[in-house]
Amino acid sequence: MRVLVTGASGMLGRATAEALLARGDDVTVLQRRPAGLPCAEVLGDVADAAVVTRAARGRDAVVHLAAKVDVTGRWAEYERANVGGTRTVVAACAAEGVGRLVHVSSPSVAHAGDPLTGAGADPADPAAARGSYARSKAQAEVLALAADSPGLAVLAVRPHLVWGPGDEQLVARIVARGRAGRLPLVGSGAALVDTTYVDNAAAALVAAVDACGPVHGEALVVSNGEPRPIGELLGRLCGAAGAPGPRRRVPARAAWLAGAVVEGVWAATDRRATPPLTRFLAEQLSTAHWFDQRRTRAALGWRPAVPLEEGFARLAAWYAAADRQA
Amino acid sequence: MRAGAPTDLPGLDPTWSRRVRVKDADGREHGWHVLDTGPEDGAAGTLLCVHGNPTWSYLWRRLLAAPPPGWRVVAPDQLGMGWSDRLDAPRTLAQRVADLGDLTAALDIRGPVVTVAHDWGGIISLGWGLEHRDQLRGVVLTNTAVAMPEGDLGPALIRLAHAPGIRATATVGTPVFVRAATALSRPALPPEVRRAFAAPYRSPGRRRSVGDFVADIPFREGHPSRAVQEAIAEGVRTLDVPALLLWGPRDPVFGERYLTDLRDRLPRAQVHRYEGASHLLPEDAPQYAAAVARWVEDLSAGPAAPAAPSPDPAPVARPWAALAGRAGDVSPAVVTVGGTAVTWAQLARRVEHLAAGLAAAGVRPGQRVALLLEPSPDLTAAVYAVWRAGAAVVVADKGLGFAGMRRALRGAAADHVLGAVPGLLAARAMGLPGTRIAAGPLTPARRRALGAAHDLAELEERGRSAPVPPECPPDTDAAVVFTSGATGPAKGVVYTQRQVGAQLDLVRRTYRLSPDDALVAAFAPFSILGPGLGIASAVPDVDVTAPGTLTAAKLADAAAAVDATVVFAAPAALRRVAATAAELTAGQRAALARVRLLMSAGAPVPAALLRSLRDVLPAAEAHTPYGMTEALPVTDVSLEEIDLAGDGEGVCVGRPVDGVEVRVSPLSATGAADGPLTGAAGVTGEVCVRAPHVKDRYDALWATERAASRDPGWHRTGDVGHLDDEGRLWIGGRLAHVVPTAEGVVTPVGVEQRVERLPGVSAAAAVGVGPAGAQVVVVVVVRAEPARRGRRLAVAGDDLAAAVRAAAGVDVAAVLVARSLPVDIRHQSKVDRTALGRRAARLLAGSPVRRRGRTR
Repeated sequence: MRVLVTGASGMLGRATAEALLARGDDVTVLQRRPAGLPCAEVLGDVADAAVVTRAARGRDAVVHLAAKVDVTGRWAEYERANVGGTRTVVAACAAEGVGRLVHVSSPSVAHAGDPLTGAGADPADPAAARGSYARSKAQAEVLALAADSPGLAVLAVRPHLVWGPGDEQLVARIVARGRAGRLPLVGSGAALVDTTYVDNAAAALVAAVDACGPVHGEALVVSNGEPRPIGELLGRLCGAAGAPGPRRRVPARAAWLAGAVVEGVWAATDRRATPPLTRFLAEQLSTAHWFDQRRTRAALGWRPAVPLEEGFARLAAWYAAADRQA
Repeated sequence: MRAGAPTDLPGLDPTWSRRVRVKDADGREHGWHVLDTGPEDGAAGTLLCVHGNPTWSYLWRRLLAAPPPGWRVVAPDQLGMGWSDRLDAPRTLAQRVADLGDLTAALDIRGPVVTVAHDWGGIISLGWGLEHRDQLRGVVLTNTAVAMPEGDLGPALIRLAHAPGIRATATVGTPVFVRAATALSRPALPPEVRRAFAAPYRSPGRRRSVGDFVADIPFREGHPSRAVQEAIAEGVRTLDVPALLLWGPRDPVFGERYLTDLRDRLPRAQVHRYEGASHLLPEDAPQYAAAVARWVEDLSAGPAAPAAPSPDPAPVARPWAALAGRAGDVSPAVVTVGGTAVTWAQLARRVEHLAAGLAAAGVRPGQRVALLLEPSPDLTAAVYAVWRAGAAVVVADKGLGFAGMRRALRGAAADHVLGAVPGLLAARAMGLPGTRIAAGPLTPARRRALGAAHDLAELEERGRSAPVPPECPPDTDAAVVFTSGATGPAKGVVYTQRQVGAQLDLVRRTYRLSPDDALVAAFAPFSILGPGLGIASAVPDVDVTAPGTLTAAKLADAAAAVDATVVFAAPAALRRVAATAAELTAGQRAALARVRLLMSAGAPVPAALLRSLRDVLPAAEAHTPYGMTEALPVTDVSLEEIDLAGDGEGVCVGRPVDGVEVRVSPLSATGAADGPLTGAAGVTGEVCVRAPHVKDRYDALWATERAASRDPGWHRTGDVGHLDDEGRLWIGGRLAHVVPTAEGVVTPVGVEQRVERLPGVSAAAAVGVGPAGAQVVVVVVVRAEPARRGRRLAVAGDDLAAAVRAAAGVDVAAVLVARSLPVDIRHQSKVDRTALGRRAARLLAGSPVRRRGRTR
């Protein structure tokens, strides 16, 4: 199959492109900076219609991962990259007659802050989504699924908390905090949180490319299906890197208020660096987030091949190798 | 006078609403508001639902939403009520009965009808039924009355509302009565539901009929509606259709005596008492709708195919047969160490005399006698005498707690109460009905104070010259006993004489008991059963209701007193026996060495405990039966067999005993036991039992009984387990406690056993959190040395979590540590995994930092 992968410089985009290549697909990737993958590459902005249309030409399917993922920054930036980028991709698929679009989304698009315990994939709700990232992704998913039609099958896939070796978004930040002794445990540390090992998420996206068509017009949450208490997860991730786990306990409410203050300061001073805490993050760290995977597994014919324990072992091996090189 | 129709009320589908204009007997036209699921064409029949005062047809919305398949539901608002037209004059009972007939004629309801009614709708619906006998197929009544029971002056609250000054103010002038009708429910009804009930009664003008309805209750002779009320109340006795009485026992308006009155008028009625429910039963017990639907569906299906009768019913051994058989035997039958010894001859005579005395004092076959008496020679004699007189014993033990006992005993509606002073005092405190019989002598003053009509000595004396009652039919009720109430209110379980006889026979055969055997009964229930089993018994010199007080020496002394060959004891008693073995003298050891059989029951019996008794009871084969209040024993297993079986998924409880069939009903992905019964090995499901000694029915719990026996002839135990290749049964937990995960249903006990083998763990419970079918397993452990401080429930440390995960055999989402596990009151051993699961779910949901809203 001829597949375009947008956003292949990120951990999940790269893993997905590699998985598609490994099974012999004809893969093109699109992102701003060279990804160094052994395949055709289009460099450019995903919000640039001309670039995206060119990249989509002759493709059977598009896997759209390119997005601005962060906890701070101006709304306009999120809107341009995540909403505008998706609009461009949808238009390009229509213009070039691409039959399948796998739109990569996030469970946060349907999350209004309450604990999620064995939740299904509720509809994206831009009005209730928390924070600029989630809100922009919610709008993007709504417009992607609205494009589902006889000519273009659209499937929204929402991997939850993807992590793995080389992860600069989640694992690297947690480990850095742990090493600095500044990793707090928000609330009781008991909130059950599910995650997705990167190889499982990539395999789910490959499965989605195949399933897209017979399955279309819906959103599917992807996770390992192995929720764990958040304190335990943070400890295991730090442990894989040889860093100490969470030390201090912060009451959930205090963390949320602190997050609000920090956001205010960051907004007022227009800082660009990642803030230590946001309200969104405080919620993510103190409330349950895990999902009913039955529909996803039935729809995609996919199951996670790498269990949590194996994932931790691979992460530890990767950190050990990195330490030896250093 | 026409008012709007209801819109936008919770649970109400606006498409049910219709308005019908109907002429009454005087030719006046009235506008009715009716909830109607629509047309009769092709319907199997119609449920005609009649509300009372001051509610309206909204009361029946759950039945309208889920009617019996194929049935139409019609629920009118009575004239002047709900959204029907208002009246300018009071309406009598006769008019209201006629109105309902005019309405059903106007609606052209010609096919079969089942009436469903609440409160004052009850008598109106029955009036309709008596005038439409050709159509009437069944009668459902909830918290209502058709007559004032003899000596009753009418419900106190209604009488209050009846006082002219109060009535006008409470019912019409102010919304007090309308609001009060929905204020009795516990937990309280949602405010929006209460508002919906009050919606049609917003002004005094709209409440006029509420007051008139109260005024039309015929409390006194000469009331215009009195004759009609009495005619209907008597007419009910002539109804030959099935009846279902659904009752909220906490009703301050229509108390228990109104249910008794209705049962008297409809003796074949099926009854379900919803413990905790009050007057507004359809609100307090929403599950009533499913019960009605099931009951009506059963009616349509015709009488269920009778369970295949056993080809040749064995001759029935009555519960007193073994005792009667040894009536000439002057050897001891019951020995109380440190107290009395009673010979077989004495006991048999005493039982006959007492039975005759009870009969002479008015205890009739089929009546119930509540026994509030500690295990004692009096209790033993009383039980057999009550049986001999054809009555049933009602036995509630103190393990239920005062409130639980009160609920249980009131629900059982005993006709007589027999007890010693503390028991009779308790009976008064509980407000139990029935004549009082005192055990033991009382001063005349005391006797008057306790209201005792008789005492045992007097009855025995009277019985010497009175005829022994004839034997009653074998299917007469013999006993009402109660489940532990570990998961909700204790359920009454009814056994007939045939079933008690079958149980005694089964125990005798299973344990090869012969007249040469003698037993030490250190477990209260068995102190009664010795005479029924036909073997001599000794009760140790301890409080048999406090099993922890038994010592090895006292057990030995009791064994010596009857040359015991058999010991029955609860596990708690055996723990103390093992712990005090060092105190035994050589003589005491010799007495215990003659014991060939040790049986322990009453709570789960760990194999290690049985093993620890080998030193004390060297010749005894240790057995433990598996069963429940509804069927005991079902299986039996010896210590040798437990060791042979080894570890497995759950507890090995052995093979079904002779004459007992065991099957399982396989579980669905969401943990429901809905599969067809199978005896195939390795299939996990709800354990189902068929045997001659299984209980007859649950008492006044029709819907529970219907669900438990939905495979005719089989009893669903509520336990889950599987049979193995060798025909042994393994129990994996309670059906309500299984964890339906996305990977399959996990039964808790196997997981718990594996975790409990870890060093440093003293107890474990496996519970599920999340939605059924996608739950995850959480293991809660109690450490051997629990922390004395800190949170009641917390996430376990890394090492413990890792060890538990490695042992559990299933994916464990979280390992939690608790200081203790919630257990039932009676056995102190049944873990309430449902409550624990709720606590775990709360902890693992995290700490919501704020309610819904937007971040930006």
